[in-house]
Amino acid sequence: MRLAGILGGIRWYLRELTGENQYARYLQRHVAAHPQAAPLSRREFERRRVDRADADPGARCC
Amino acid sequence: MTASPTTTHPPAGRSRPPLKTVLTWTAVAIVGAIAWGVIALSRGEEISAIWLVVAALGSYAIAYRFYAKFIARKVLRVDDRRATPAERLDDGVDFQPTDRRVVLGHHFAAIAGAGPLVGPVLAAQMGYLPGTMWIIFGVIFAGAVQDMVILFFSMRRNGKSLGQMAREEIGPIGGVAALVAVFAIMIILLAVLALVVVNALAKSPWGTFSIAMTIPIALFMGFYMRRIRPGRVVETSVIGVALLLLAIVGGGWIQDSGLAGAFTLSPETLAICLVGYGFLASVLPVWMLLAPRDYLSTFMKIGTISLLAVGVLIAAPVLKADALTSFASTGTGPVFAGKLFPFVFITIACGALSGFHALISSGTTPKMIQKESQVRMVGYGAMLMESFVAIMALIAACILEPGLYYAMNAPAGFLGATAESASTAVATLGFTITPQDLTAAAAAVQEQTLVARTGGAPTLAIGMSEIFSSVIGGESLKAFWYHFAIMFEALFILTTVDAGTRVGRFMLQDTLGNVWRPLGRVGWKPGQWITSAVVVLAWGYFLYTGVTNPLGGINQLFPLFGIANQLLAAIALAVATTILIKSGRLKWAWVTGVPLAWDAAVTLTASYQKVFSADPRIGFFAQRDRYADALDQGTLLAPAKNVDQMHAVVTNSTVDGILAAFFAVLVIAVLANATLVCWRAIRTREPLPSTETEFVESKLTAPAGLFATAEEKRELATAGAKSGGGETAP
Repeated sequence: MRLAGILGGIRWYLRELTGENQYARYLQRHVAAHPQAAPLSRREFERRRVDRADADPGARCC
Repeated sequence: MTASPTTTHPPAGRSRPPLKTVLTWTAVAIVGAIAWGVIALSRGEEISAIWLVVAALGSYAIAYRFYAKFIARKVLRVDDRRATPAERLDDGVDFQPTDRRVVLGHHFAAIAGAGPLVGPVLAAQMGYLPGTMWIIFGVIFAGAVQDMVILFFSMRRNGKSLGQMAREEIGPIGGVAALVAVFAIMIILLAVLALVVVNALAKSPWGTFSIAMTIPIALFMGFYMRRIRPGRVVETSVIGVALLLLAIVGGGWIQDSGLAGAFTLSPETLAICLVGYGFLASVLPVWMLLAPRDYLSTFMKIGTISLLAVGVLIAAPVLKADALTSFASTGTGPVFAGKLFPFVFITIACGALSGFHALISSGTTPKMIQKESQVRMVGYGAMLMESFVAIMALIAACILEPGLYYAMNAPAGFLGATAESASTAVATLGFTITPQDLTAAAAAVQEQTLVARTGGAPTLAIGMSEIFSSVIGGESLKAFWYHFAIMFEALFILTTVDAGTRVGRFMLQDTLGNVWRPLGRVGWKPGQWITSAVVVLAWGYFLYTGVTNPLGGINQLFPLFGIANQLLAAIALAVATTILIKSGRLKWAWVTGVPLAWDAAVTLTASYQKVFSADPRIGFFAQRDRYADALDQGTLLAPAKNVDQMHAVVTNSTVDGILAAFFAVLVIAVLANATLVCWRAIRTREPLPSTETEFVESKLTAPAGLFATAEEKRELATAGAKSGGGETAP
C-alpha cells in the first residue's frame, strides 16, 4: 500500500473511532428520510450527541 | 480454510485445508511450544522477556484460529444470514452497524484499563511463571470465552444487559444478585483504583502537578469542542495530547521550583481531593470533563500500549525475578497474603478473566456489530489484546531487581520510612538491596523515595522507564518516562473513576426511583447530587481506610476487588451456561461450564480463607480478633503505632470480612438458582421457549475477521462494497 493510502486509512480509523464521521452520516440519513426539512447544524448536532451521554455515560472497565 | 460468511454450517465433507495453511499453523504451534518450554524449564538462569511474548502470541494465535472458531461455529452457531440488531434497529444513535475494526477499537478501549496493569505487578511476588500461565490459559479458556459468549447472547437479545439476562434466564434471585454485585464491585473497584493513584502521586510533586493539569486540559478540550470547533474530535485530541506531554515535562520544572511544596500532598489530602473530584465529575455535564477526558485517555492508552509492545521487542529485557518464589507455597508474601491457589487467580483478574467485561459486552458493543461472525474478532480478539497488555505489565515488573520490587511493594508498616529500614526489612524476606541502590533508583526517576510505593503503578512505571529509556533517551530520559508512565496510568484510572461514579449514580437513581419517584428522574439536580454523594462517599470510605490502614491498603483491599470481579464473572458464566443448556446445547455446556466451575472454586476458596482462616494475615476476622484482644490487654501490635490505629485495624478488618462473606453468599445464591434452572431444563421433555429475537434476513455484507478473505472480498464487490454508511472503509 502506498503511504497516502496508509495515512488515509489511519485518518479514516480515527474519525470513525471518535465519532467525528457521525455528522456526515446523519446528513446522509436525513436527506434520504426528510429531503424537504433542513438538517441540524453541526454545532446543534454535536451538542445533542454529547448531551445524550449525560444520561448514558457508558461504563469503562478496570 | 476460508469460511464463507454467509453459510452457517460447514459444507458436508469438509474440504482439506491447503498445505501452506497446515505448515504455517504447525510452525506457529512449534515456536509457541518451544517458548513455553524455555519459560517452564529454566531454573536458576535468567531468561529473556521475549520468550514470554512469543509464548503468549503463539498461544493466542492457536486459540483464536481454532478454539474461538470452534466456539463461534459449533457452540454459538453464529449465522451471518441473520440480521444483527445494529442492522435491524439501525437508528443512527444507539443501534448502528459499524465497521468491525472500529467496534474492536471501541470495545478494547472500554475493557482495557488499569486492571491488567496492576494485577500482574502484584502477582509478580509469586514469580513470573504462575502469572504468565494464568494470564495466557485463563484468557484462552475463560476470559475471552466469557466476553465473546456474553457479547453473542446479548446481541441475539437486542443488546440486553447482563442484569436483564440474569433475571430472564436464571430468575429474580439471579437478577437481584447481579445488580447488587455490579454495584458492590463498582464501589470496591473505584476505591482500589483511586488508592493506586493516591499511592502513585503521594509525595511526588511532579506526578501530582501533571495529573492536576489534566483537569484544565480536559475542560479546555470540552469548551473547544462545544464552542469553537464542534465535533472536531481528532484535532482536539491532538491538541490535548500535546498539552498533556507538556504537562509531563512541566512537572519536572515544578519539582525543581519553589512551587514544589504546593504540589507535595499527603495521601490523606490526595484521597479527599479525589473524592471531591469524583463528585464534581459526576454532577458536571459530560461535555465539560468526562467526554474530553475519555478521548484523551483512549489515545494515550492505545499509543502507550503500542509503544510498550515495540519497546519490549526492541529492548528484549532479561527477567530478574525467579520463575517461582517461595511465597507461592508458604503464602507469607508481603505484597498480598495467601498461597498461589487461590490468590494468584484473584489478584490477576483483568487480563485473564474479568467479570466486569460482561457489562461492556452486554452494553454498547452488541448494538454496533454488523455480522454475527464478528463476535469472534471483537469479543475474543479484544480480550486477547488485553491479556497481552497484562503480559507486558508482568514483564515490566519482573525485569526489576527483586530487592527493589519488594522495597517498593511491601507495606509501609513493614518497611519503615527510610532506605536503611527498607533495606533491612527486605533482607528478612531473603532479598537484597543496599540503601544506596534504593536511593539511587529513586534519584534516577527524580522521586523523593521509592520505599513502599505500593499499588503497582510506580513499579510498573519504573519497569516501563527501564524499557523505554533503553530504546529512546537512555538515563537522561528515565525520569521523563517514569512520569509519562505514571501519567498514563493515572489518566485512565481517573477516567474510570469519572465514568464509574456516574454509572454508579445512575444505578442508584434507577433503584431508588422505585422507592421514591423523584430520585429516579435523571435530570433532577438534587437527586443527582444526593446519589452522587452517596456513591463517592461509599468508595471514598474504602479509599480513606485504605490510605490510613497501617497494614497497607492495597494488601487489604486488592483481594476484595479480585473476589468481587471474579464473582461477577461467575454470574456471567452462569448466565451463559444456563442459556446454552436451556437452548438444547447441553453437550457444549462445558465451554462455559468448566471456566465457571474453576472460577467458582477460586472465588469461594478465596472468600472462605478471607473469612475463616485462622492466620491473621489472611483471615479478616482472625486479624480482627488478634488486634481486639491486644486492645483489651492494653498492648500495641506492630505496625500500629497507637490505640487509634489499633481501632482502625479492628474496624477495617470487620468491614472487609463482612464484605468477603457477603460476596460468597451472592455467588452461592446465583449458582444454586442457576443449577436449579439448568436441572429443570435438562429434565423437561418439550423444548423451552426461545428468548432470542426472531430471525430476520440480513442484507449487509461484511467480512468476519480483521482481514477480509479472498472470498469475502468478492462478496463485498458484488454487494457494492458498502460497509456501513458514512465514509467507506479503505
